[in-house]
Amino acid sequence: MTVPLVWYVLLALILFTIGLVVIVSRHNLIYTLMGVELILNGANINFIAFARALGGEYPVAGNIFSIFVIVLAAAEAAVALAIVLHVFGHFGSIRPEDPNMLRE
Amino acid sequence: MTAEFLAFLVVAAAAVSGALITLWSRSIVRSAFGLILAFLGVAGVYALLGCAFLAITQLVVYVGGVVVLYLFGVMLTPPDLEERRASRVTFWAVLGSISLVLFAISLFSTKLPSSSGRPMGDAAGIGEALLTRDAYLLPFEIASVLLLVVLVGAVHLARRERKKIQEPTEGGKA
Repeated sequence: MTVPLVWYVLLALILFTIGLVVIVSRHNLIYTLMGVELILNGANINFIAFARALGGEYPVAGNIFSIFVIVLAAAEAAVALAIVLHVFGHFGSIRPEDPNMLRE
Repeated sequence: MTAEFLAFLVVAAAAVSGALITLWSRSIVRSAFGLILAFLGVAGVYALLGCAFLAITQLVVYVGGVVVLYLFGVMLTPPDLEERRASRVTFWAVLGSISLVLFAISLFSTKLPSSSGRPMGDAAGIGEALLTRDAYLLPFEIASVLLLVVLVGAVHLARRERKKIQEPTEGGKA
């Protein structure tokens, strides 16, 4: 592994920050989900890079943790998109600031 | 600069530029395709780290599944032409880059363990670990039950709206 660990962590950091900016800046619920996916990918890079650098009892543990993260991300995308479609049918818009019935 | 570092730079540039396209693009479809580029870059990072199975999984699940799901979501909702103008992407991007610099300063001042290329295990090792009772069999089964629940739940959530629309028309007929 000739690429030092810090570069992988830096890449994960950049992906995390971009995902966060996508979530807070774009006014569209589908963009919010895209930002969450970017953040999860950044976290996954961290898992794999640290597993590669540190090792452990099981050599496959880092792989398996990342596979579970991917499974959860796919499940989250399916349910969240169904909820977004429901919100659109109810409010006629998918801007995150429009469903504000609890505030009134 | 070795070949591996050069390959890392290529895949990292693909991931970051895809994420930036997702952030900056005016059209949400173009954002989804930027997301594909970002996922391809991340899959390249996995391949560089020696996780071939994970790289393939990333391609199949994200590029083949999740992005297509998002494109269906885009298709079923109307385009919001005012959205990009109302959002303050530049403002938040400046704030994000400031926090990125702060994070990077704390990262480079931390002493990380010296990387030592441990073996990561191939697909056979992963399958054996997932189906061994003392290893990861229980989380694997819980994940499969979760996927079944998600399948049923997503269909239920997406169906109920149509019933609601139909009810008043039936009442009107009666």
